[in-house]
Amino acid sequence: MVTLKFNIEGGNFSKAGYASSQVKKTLKQLNIHQSLIKNIVVALYEAEVNIVAHAYKGTIQVDIAPTDVSMLVSDEGPGIENIDLAMQEGFSTASAEVRQMGFGAGMGLPNIKKNVDEMYIDTVVGKGTSLKLKKMLNNV
Amino acid sequence: MELSEIIDIVKAKLVAGNANGVVIEKGFSSDLMSDVLTIDTEKILLITGTCNVQAIRTAEMADIQCILLVRGKKANPDMIKIANENKMVILETSLSMFNTVGRLYQVGLKPVY
Repeated sequence: MVTLKFNIEGGNFSKAGYASSQVKKTLKQLNIHQSLIKNIVVALYEAEVNIVAHAYKGTIQVDIAPTDVSMLVSDEGPGIENIDLAMQEGFSTASAEVRQMGFGAGMGLPNIKKNVDEMYIDTVVGKGTSLKLKKMLNNV
Repeated sequence: MELSEIIDIVKAKLVAGNANGVVIEKGFSSDLMSDVLTIDTEKILLITGTCNVQAIRTAEMADIQCILLVRGKKANPDMIKIANENKMVILETSLSMFNTVGRLYQVGLKPVY
C-alpha cells in the first residue's frame, strides 16, 4: 500500500493541480493502466479544484492498494447546501473568478462520479465537505 | 495530421515542447476546462483561449499533449515550466478561436464528437 498526503490551500489557483499531478506520476510508476490513471486523476483534480474554488483549506489522502485506489478529499469550507442540486450537471455556485479560470461550469461533482466506482459525500453547511472516492483497479 | 502542418496553417509559434514527429488526429476547442475533463479521446489538440496554469494542468490530467492558445494569448513562465516537465507542447496563435478551428477543420482535423 502506498499512501500520499497533501495540504491544499483555498483560493490558490496557481498551485491547484499539484497534488493530482504528483498522484498521476506515482500511479504511472506503479504501472497502473493508463485509462484507469486518467479516471483517477480527472476525479481527483476536479475535487482538488473544488477545494481551491470553494473552501478555505483542505487535505487529500490517496491510498493505493493492489486492488483499488481510495481517495479522501476533505475541506474546511462552506459545505454543500443541497447535494442533489450540486450533482446536477450545469448547477454551480462558483465565483466569477473561478469561472475565469475555466471552471465553475457545474460539471465537477457529476464528472467525479462518472470517473470512479464509489463516491460518498459528507457535508455540513458552514463547516466543510469530505468526499470519499474509490476506483477499482481490476476492471480495465 | 502532423503538428508541424497545424503550426503552418494557423501561423502558430511554438513556446514549449517539441513538435517533431507529433501526430494529431482530433481537435477539441473550449475555454471551459470542466468540459475538457469530460472527454476521453487521445492524440487530440486542445484549442483554448483559457491562458493559465489550470489549462495546462487540465491537459496533463486528460492526457492531452498539445495545447494551442488562441486570440493572441501568451503562455506565462509557470505554464511553460509545467508543460516542459510533462513533455507537452504549447503553441500560440494570434487568430481567433473561430478562425483557428475553421482552418483546421477545413484541412481534415477531426472533431472529438
